[in-house]
Amino acid sequence: MSDASLPSAAAPARGLSTLRLQFARFARNRLAMASVAVLMLIVLACFLGPFLFPFTGEDADFDYILAPIDFTSPHLFGTDDYGRDLLVRTLEGGRVSLTIGFLGALVAGVIGVLYGAVAGYAGGRTDGLMMRFVEILYGFPYVILVILLSLVLGGGNLALFAAIVFTLWLTPAVIVRAQAQSLARREFVEAARAGGMTGWQIVLTHIVPNCVSVVIVYGSLLVPEVILSESFLSFLGIGIKEPQASWGNLIQAGTAAMETDLRLLLLPGTMLATVLFCLNFIADGLRDAFDPNDR
Amino acid sequence: MLRFIGKRLWDGGLTLAALVVLTFFMMRLAPGGPFSKNRKISPEVLANIQAKYHLDEPVWQQFARYVRGLLVGDLGPSMRFRDYSVNDIIASGLPYSLTIGFWAIAVAALVGVALGIAGALRRNTATDYIAGTVGVIGIAVPIFVIGPLAQAVFALRLDWVPVGGIEGGWRALVLPVLVLALPNIAYISRLTRTSMIETLRENYVRTARAKGIGETRVILRHTLTGTLLPVIAYLGPATAAIITGSILIETIFAVPGIGRHFVDAALNRDYPLVMGITILYGGLVILFNVLTDLLRGWLDPRVRHE
Repeated sequence: MSDASLPSAAAPARGLSTLRLQFARFARNRLAMASVAVLMLIVLACFLGPFLFPFTGEDADFDYILAPIDFTSPHLFGTDDYGRDLLVRTLEGGRVSLTIGFLGALVAGVIGVLYGAVAGYAGGRTDGLMMRFVEILYGFPYVILVILLSLVLGGGNLALFAAIVFTLWLTPAVIVRAQAQSLARREFVEAARAGGMTGWQIVLTHIVPNCVSVVIVYGSLLVPEVILSESFLSFLGIGIKEPQASWGNLIQAGTAAMETDLRLLLLPGTMLATVLFCLNFIADGLRDAFDPNDR
Repeated sequence: MLRFIGKRLWDGGLTLAALVVLTFFMMRLAPGGPFSKNRKISPEVLANIQAKYHLDEPVWQQFARYVRGLLVGDLGPSMRFRDYSVNDIIASGLPYSLTIGFWAIAVAALVGVALGIAGALRRNTATDYIAGTVGVIGIAVPIFVIGPLAQAVFALRLDWVPVGGIEGGWRALVLPVLVLALPNIAYISRLTRTSMIETLRENYVRTARAKGIGETRVILRHTLTGTLLPVIAYLGPATAAIITGSILIETIFAVPGIGRHFVDAALNRDYPLVMGITILYGGLVILFNVLTDLLRGWLDPRVRHE
């Protein structure tokens, strides 16, 4: 974050704010904007698409078992070995994966920002202790921690969600803490303290809002990470379980049928890869727009 | 330098100790014992089994027993494979995991650095774009999509290499190693490219060129150390990435390594095995983080005095 953006964040009403300039810069990035468009399309398809079909992804159609791709039949991309429609299952799986992805990144981001802001503002021994804890959690290989946590929490979607959030708030916490540390020494924070604001008020009204651009950049990187972890775990059979579809367990089912029919692997695999491509390009674009010094 | 080494080792040891404590108590909190899946067993038999695995003792006593075992390198018995100890299972799986992991890191480092340097030297040319595309694919497409696709193409259609398993010597290793290396090639080539571009702008590089030193020699002798510093810093995270990847790779390619054992143990709630492998993995990551720090401190004095 550049120094110029600090005063304008404190007085957002004046002219073009830095934030708006940054978004304008982002809008000029063609690859990133195209990614936003593709991502929006996929999100819409996943959330609205299944309603266009007269059946759900869990309905078995015994007249069409393992049907191939056929755009004239009711099952456009064919069915799996239970006669369930592949396209609808993939879209419903996308709904699960995308929801977990965005919600997970949001929750992990909020926890990380608050934790980092408090640690960075408090400083001293509180900061040392809080960061020691983060360091220890960092010592765990990330996937191992997710698997252990989802075991401890007893399986199920909520446990999966909690486990992913718990492992991913660390990075935003570390980044925001560094930012908060330098902010805590600035004059306007001192003025707020002199004016009688409590520590919490300062953290919430002065520290957190000034970390916004850092958070947007790193938060956008969290979304693909959450989606990847969810599908990773579902692929291994630890995450979301049949009959509920998710991209991870659909890809797993696709691998099992790969020798006879690649279609079951390709459709969910392509969807997942496309979303991850888009999210990575968007994150790159945001970084270029918000952090011009950092190539 | 000695103080720096001491501090890093002490930090690593503390993290490892915390890891052991956390893992142990997390496993004790986890619901459902390893025997709850079995068909109904009479309370007497259950009591006997629990006595055998010391599950009837107070938790702190179990913890003391576990730590005592750990100090002499004994990770206890497996609860799923009744006749084997956790040590046996790890010893049987580790060679496969290490072989694949080692070659994946080696391939990733060589190819990644080469691609990165090529991209940096020929910026905005076809070479650069190809290297960039490999990077984006490696980062965005997950292993568990690329792996099965590679199997379908190179093993099932073309029949160049076996689909999986460990039969067939080095040919069975080709796909797992390459697929595991791909995301790391991507990260390493990106890191190398940025860092090389930065290093080429340094004053001492300009000085070297002004003195009339040949381009090859400038690249190899003057810029390589500076370029590789961030790449070396990635060595620690790379270990973690390889471990993560190996869990998937061993599942996809049916390799009986410890990654596969870990997933099976987690699914079957074989707690001693889960703990043993977690501590091994955690220990490896911590070890490589410490080694990375030491290596960086040795190569770059600025790191030592932070």
